[in-house]
Amino acid sequence: MTHLADLPVWAAIPVALLLLLGASLALIGSIGFVRLRSFYERVHAPTLGTTMGIGSVLLASMLCFTVLQSRPALHELLIAVFMIVTTPITLMLLARAALYRDRSEGSDDVPAAPPAPPVQTAAPPAPDAAPPV
Amino acid sequence: MTATLLLWSIFLAQILLVIAMACATYRVLRGPRAQDRVLGLDTLYVNATMLLLTFGIRTGSTLYFEAALIIALLGFVATAALAKFLMRGEVIE
Repeated sequence: MTHLADLPVWAAIPVALLLLLGASLALIGSIGFVRLRSFYERVHAPTLGTTMGIGSVLLASMLCFTVLQSRPALHELLIAVFMIVTTPITLMLLARAALYRDRSEGSDDVPAAPPAPPVQTAAPPAPDAAPPV
Repeated sequence: MTATLLLWSIFLAQILLVIAMACATYRVLRGPRAQDRVLGLDTLYVNATMLLLTFGIRTGSTLYFEAALIIALLGFVATAALAKFLMRGEVIE
C-alpha cells in the first residue's frame, strides 16, 4: 500500500468519505430493491445507487488519481456521462415492458390502456352532398 | 495514518458493495416475474462497476477503469435488449 500513503490528508479524507457515501447509497438502493413490494415501487430504488452512488465513487476515484498522478485524471467522466445518459432509458424501457405485460395479462394492478384515437379509414362525406332519399 | 484510514474505508466500502450485489442477486434468483430479474441484473451491473472502481483506488492502477467502463456499456445494452424482448418477444424484428 505504498501509493495510498502518498495521498495527503486533505485528499485522503474526502476520498474515504466519498467512497463510504457511494457504497452506502448503493446498499440502501439495493436493500430497497429487495424489500419493496411491487415492481413499480421496486423500479425506483436502484436509481439511488445508479446516480448518487456511482457519482460519489467516481468523484473519489477522480480525486485519488488526480492527486496521485499530479495531473487531472478525468477519464472517469466517461462512465459518469454514460450512466447519466443510459439510466433513464433503461428504467423507462423496463417500466414500459412491465406495464405492457401486466396489461396484456389483464392484471388488476395497473390501469387499463387509454382508448386508441379513432382511426379515419374513409374520407368523411362532403357536407354539401345530397342526403340519401 | 492516512493509509490506514483509506485502507479501512475502502475495505468497508467493498463489503457494503458486496452486500448490495448479494441483494441484487437475490432478486435475480427469486424475482417473482421476468422484469424483476432484468432489473436485478441491471442493479448487479451498476454495483459491479462501483466495486471495480473501488478496486482501482485500492491498487492504484487504472486498469480497473477499463473493465468498469466495459461492464457499464455492456450492462446497458443487455438491459435494453432484455426489455425489448420482454415487450415484443424478440429482440430484432
